Amino acid sequence: MLNYTLRRLMFAVPTLLVISFIIFALLDLAPNDPTGNLPLTIPPEVREQIRQSLGLGEPFPIRYLYWLQQFFINEPLNLLEKILGFPIGDSAERLRIRSWATRSPVVDLIIERMPQTLMVVGFAYFFGVLIAIPIGVISAYKQYSIFDQVGTFVSMVGFSVPTFFTGVVFIVIFSVNLQWFPSIYDTQLEVTDWSSFWQQVRQMVMPVSVLALYNAAQLSRFVRASMLDNLNQDYVRTARAKGMKERVVLLVHVLRNSLIPVVTVIALGIPTIFSGAIITEQIFRVNGLGQLLIIAIQGADIPLVQTLTFIFAVLIVLFNLIADLLYGILDPRIRYD
Amino acid sequence: MKKLTTILTGTAVALTMSAAAARAERGTDGELKIIYWQAVSILNPYLSGGTKDVHGSSLVLEPLAKYDETGTMVPALVDEIPTVDNGGVAEDLKSITWTISEGLKWSDGTPFTANDVVFTWKYCTAPDGGCQQAEKFTDIASVEAVDDRSVKITYTVPKPFPYGPFVGAESPVIQEAQFKDCLGPKAPECTEQNFHPIGTGPFRVVDFKANDVVTFEANPNYRDPSKPAFASAVIKGGGDAASAARSVLETGEFDYAWNLQIEPEILTQMAQAGKGTVVSSFGTSVERIEINQTNPSPDVGDMRSTRDGGAHPFLSDPAVRKALSIAIDREILVEVGYGAAGQATCNILPAPKNYASTNVDWCLTQDIEGAKKLLDDAGWVPGGDGIREKDGVRLSVLYQTSTNSVRQATQALVKDWWQEIGVETELRNIDASVFFGGDPASPDTFQKFYADVEMYTNNFDGTDPERYMSSWLCKDIPSPKNGWLGNNIPRYCNDAYDALVAEMATTADIEKRGEIAIKMNDMLVNDGALVPLIHRGEVSAHSNTLAGVRMNSWDSQLWNASDWSRAK
Amino acid sequence: MTDTTIAPAAAPRKQRTITADVFRQFRQHRGGVIGACIFLTIILLVVFGPYIHGVDPSALNIRDKNQGISLAHPMGTDNLGRDMFAQVLAGGRTSLAVGVTAMLLSLLVGTTIGVTAGYVRRLDGWLMRLTDLFLALPLLPLLLVIIMLFRDTLRATFGPETGIFLLIVFVIGITSWMQTARIVRGAVLSVKEHEFVLAAKSIGTRDRHHHRIRVVLPRPRLPVRFSDLGPPALRRRELPRDQSLAGDLAGAGAVAHRAQRQLYRRRTARCSRPAH
Repeated sequence: MLNYTLRRLMFAVPTLLVISFIIFALLDLAPNDPTGNLPLTIPPEVREQIRQSLGLGEPFPIRYLYWLQQFFINEPLNLLEKILGFPIGDSAERLRIRSWATRSPVVDLIIERMPQTLMVVGFAYFFGVLIAIPIGVISAYKQYSIFDQVGTFVSMVGFSVPTFFTGVVFIVIFSVNLQWFPSIYDTQLEVTDWSSFWQQVRQMVMPVSVLALYNAAQLSRFVRASMLDNLNQDYVRTARAKGMKERVVLLVHVLRNSLIPVVTVIALGIPTIFSGAIITEQIFRVNGLGQLLIIAIQGADIPLVQTLTFIFAVLIVLFNLIADLLYGILDPRIRYD
Repeated sequence: MKKLTTILTGTAVALTMSAAAARAERGTDGELKIIYWQAVSILNPYLSGGTKDVHGSSLVLEPLAKYDETGTMVPALVDEIPTVDNGGVAEDLKSITWTISEGLKWSDGTPFTANDVVFTWKYCTAPDGGCQQAEKFTDIASVEAVDDRSVKITYTVPKPFPYGPFVGAESPVIQEAQFKDCLGPKAPECTEQNFHPIGTGPFRVVDFKANDVVTFEANPNYRDPSKPAFASAVIKGGGDAASAARSVLETGEFDYAWNLQIEPEILTQMAQAGKGTVVSSFGTSVERIEINQTNPSPDVGDMRSTRDGGAHPFLSDPAVRKALSIAIDREILVEVGYGAAGQATCNILPAPKNYASTNVDWCLTQDIEGAKKLLDDAGWVPGGDGIREKDGVRLSVLYQTSTNSVRQATQALVKDWWQEIGVETELRNIDASVFFGGDPASPDTFQKFYADVEMYTNNFDGTDPERYMSSWLCKDIPSPKNGWLGNNIPRYCNDAYDALVAEMATTADIEKRGEIAIKMNDMLVNDGALVPLIHRGEVSAHSNTLAGVRMNSWDSQLWNASDWSRAK
Repeated sequence: MTDTTIAPAAAPRKQRTITADVFRQFRQHRGGVIGACIFLTIILLVVFGPYIHGVDPSALNIRDKNQGISLAHPMGTDNLGRDMFAQVLAGGRTSLAVGVTAMLLSLLVGTTIGVTAGYVRRLDGWLMRLTDLFLALPLLPLLLVIIMLFRDTLRATFGPETGIFLLIVFVIGITSWMQTARIVRGAVLSVKEHEFVLAAKSIGTRDRHHHRIRVVLPRPRLPVRFSDLGPPALRRRELPRDQSLAGDLAGAGAVAHRAQRQLYRRRTARCSRPAH
């Protein structure tokens, strides 16, 4: 197992390099341009100067190597410096990855966005899982019962109605008509006492529930399917025949086995937390990583898009590994050697 | 109804202004909450020319003079606008001297001097800085500080309109002490400075979260001790126009929302909640269809859409161009896509008033029969499928624009009208960041114009149209030779027009300049280089509790935020 | 034999096939039957509707804009006076065609990659890293590049409509197979170790190929069913923001998108005007 993990980790390095190169090439090839969103009153010659000042005059391989250097050497050094609190080398001269739109270091932007994304999307994912498992279990156990039918229907609705629709409906009902929750997320809010905590909860309710509904809808179907598959297995009959209590059969034997694939699906979904939920963030103005990415993509802010997508790729590779390992741990029938 | 609203708002503004004047104390009105759904990315307009960034920084950084809502220059950091009459502008029009108001201070308490103005010029013209407002500083020989309070700008050529630099939100003055290490290639690296510029405006930056939210507080050293009325301000970003409108008009969470480009009927419906007012103003933006005078066919290879590739097979016929224009019902386009934010127009230069032509109105009423007759007379006769043709050339048009629901609706309508007069249209829409991006490798940019006609909006900053009107010079035609840079998108080339541009460059008299500009406008439109469609305005909304808003299209919409106050 | 077919009581003894079994079980699931009926109705409507409701979906009639429901316009008209019902039918046709083809494509790619990865250990690492790459790719730049590279070629070869259809199917297909691949692979890995595979191996099931196709493949049916849900996950990424997805793609999708917007336009419609 350890051997396997190490091998996978070794393999991950060249993989990620290749991925970063492909992303970079793709972004470079794309015909959108960082000056595309500027007012037309800025004449073409000035636009050309802007492009040059962004470093677009350099050939493609050079720019890629710069990015590699900045991402793998300069930025980690900077972070280390910040954590340790004393300068390492010539930190002022060290070039950082800068966003083209804000001209500020990309890593700082990402760090700034982390709290709200983790708060909203992370919580939504957590609640989604929390809701999905019991619903899935009951639906499967009482297949075709009213509860199952209702559950199926609700998850179908939750799944097929897009979040931008549910989001707006929520705003119209709870913000405009009832005035219960704010329609705009305040990223400046600092939780210091009960009243600001309460405010934070209020502003999180709507985005979190919209997203949690969506996540739960998806996941509960999966739990249900997995449970059904296990309920028909021989070992369940054996367990019942042995005279085990139904609760024990269901919650100890069946659930445990059914959760094997579910856990991996959950693990595989964790990177999406970091990529943010673009639509939901837009609607409630959570302005997290998702909004950062979409603005960057639309504005052809290549350094920012490159860095964000690459971090996302790292997370995907990492959680893929974790999912595989979990699979091995939970299901002894699977052997990696 | 439209007029009535304007009058009413006008009265309201007048009333609130006097109310604000009566009560005068800084920071007594709490927090001003502004929403810009396109979030502010940076507070330095020299590094980002995006409208949102220019507006955001205008709360902090100020130019020497601003434009008010009528397009008139008003002094900001000076006491009066230099003119030839008051001796501020030299007789030969080659220099202008600004005298800075006495006792002016930066928000950090240090004195504002002429050297800061000089530095600003150096900052924007430093090589490799990628200054986005470089165009404002063209033809400048030098900017020098005559003494602490006067700045002399010397031009290399006579400038009939010498108010390019340091007028309007696009070219404000930045502090030398703060930015002195940020010249040229260093400019983008000064994140601290770019995010927290020190200015002279009514507010100063407390906290800046790029692409999200900016927090301001009242500038303690603001020149008017009784202003601003608000103690603090925020500009929140993100989301879309509809939800921004909702946050002012329906939930009342915000005081001011910028750029509410949504369906007219939805806006009206939101306004009925009674929490806010929708305001609009008109600048110089015109939505137009540009007509390719050259041949865009792939058959001519590399010479596609250049003058070397020859004239357009059918759009070179003036009758066809005119027929295409009069087949369009501009009122319907306004009604469907723009509402109060649009007016049908036949002018490519619709404002300011003394530059706007009143001579061209033949396109304002749709005339399908007239268009058909024009084409008949010119020998274009309907073929078997109803599409007109002559000598084997079919009137089949490729019509491109950027991806946007209003533009696609306009395309659909226009296609329908052109169908009626026997012109076949293929529609294409291209992602805006590609279409306006100018990547020479992409075939889909508006400069390359690999289509027969294309539609977009253009305008100019400030009130002087000289540079804008010189867009259609023969030498400015984009082609592979100049890397497709050039403003003359329709590839219009007319010696008489070039002569008018030269004449305008040497004319100082404002009346004369108006006459020339009008002549140019009429020439472009009557020749059918472009088909103007709609004079576009801007729409914003403010809360009914916010007083003092004077919506402005000539400068930042937040230009007079120092006068804003909480209505009691 | 003749007797058994005649006698009703003996009917269950008739040769049971998988199809019949599935059908029988399916009929008992009321929700499933309702769903199938709705789906069938949609298909029928979309296929034959335009012949019955013979209104041109793109015909403008600006004087009749924003009409409510009437006999002539069963769903009213949009802001350009186009008949909504005709648009929904036409849009539904494209959506259905694109959706089904793209889904089949993504299922095909996903299952192939998943099964291969799960079964052939040597390829597992490579294929899964390929999956990771596709999961990480930003969609909009990818679309722009694909359009730039292939639009004109496809247009020239297949004509504007078929060309764009193929482009959309291709784009959706290649950007939505990853989830399927991962889940299928996981299932194959787990199934591989089940007793029946061992049994199949030990009774000498002919070759590895047969073994993979007939024995392992049918098992992961549950995850694949789940993966039908995959394509809509597209929506969670950059796609739906207004119509910012590259122009031509909007061409076919826009009909449905527009119709959808119109249906709940009162609050959600966004018709933001261009910046320039």
